[in-house]
Amino acid sequence: MSAVSSVSASEGTSPDNPAPLIEPPRARTARTPKATRTNFELYGWVFMRLSGIVLVVLVLGHLLIQLVLDGGVSKVSFAFVAGRWASPFWMAWDLIMLWLAMLHGANGLRTIINDYAQRDGTRFWLKMLLYTATVFTVLLGTLVIFTFDPNIR
Amino acid sequence: MPAGTLYRGREGMWSWVAHRVTGVLIFFFLFVHVLDTALVRVSPEAYDDTIAVYKTPVVAVMEYGLVAAVLFHALNGLRVVAVDFWSQGTRYQKQMLWTVVGLWLVLMAGAAYPVLGHAVREVFGS
Repeated sequence: MSAVSSVSASEGTSPDNPAPLIEPPRARTARTPKATRTNFELYGWVFMRLSGIVLVVLVLGHLLIQLVLDGGVSKVSFAFVAGRWASPFWMAWDLIMLWLAMLHGANGLRTIINDYAQRDGTRFWLKMLLYTATVFTVLLGTLVIFTFDPNIR
Repeated sequence: MPAGTLYRGREGMWSWVAHRVTGVLIFFFLFVHVLDTALVRVSPEAYDDTIAVYKTPVVAVMEYGLVAAVLFHALNGLRVVAVDFWSQGTRYQKQMLWTVVGLWLVLMAGAAYPVLGHAVREVFGS
């Protein structure tokens, strides 16, 4: 199991008896499990920061429009939604916000599940539940934005 | 904090805890929020009846809590980015946290009237 050979450290080293080769930490070798051979966690880490910066603008802007400006939450109605989604700009705003927020949140919860759910089975099923709910919500929200009909009634 | 605990306490740990807690709260609200918005595909009445819940005084207080969570998560998230990418980030992480807290207090004070005003008028009369 160990990457270090069985040569004892107390024996002197020489060209004929070289020091054992120690792999650098986290070096990918033939023994590395397949699941950890990609840079998925690195990309996830970068995504959290990039999406987070974009979401600061999108979400705080969304809160400002929905809860602060023009009477706050009191003015929100079907007609208000119809007015905003008549513009491709606000459709794009809401669509990008939906996707980034859901993926950002799902990755955050994935991290939390990995941290706290100790049994393999618990961790697996919690993440399956998370992924199912995330895919469902993203697809539902996307469908609603693209198929919105202001003349539904 | 007593010696021998697993975590180090102080600003670094507690901001990390608050970031997790607010993140989970916001994510759960997001599920509900996409579902309630999806009611625009059912009928204008279904949507307006559900959104009426958001206009009640009790839910207004919860909205203020949501604003609190989002503002902290957003500001502290920018601090996390600064800690990771700014060469002086770790040195100034405490100062940046107190900046976050200060900005948060100012923004929360500013959000109080727009978010809670209608609830106060409804409960105590205009």
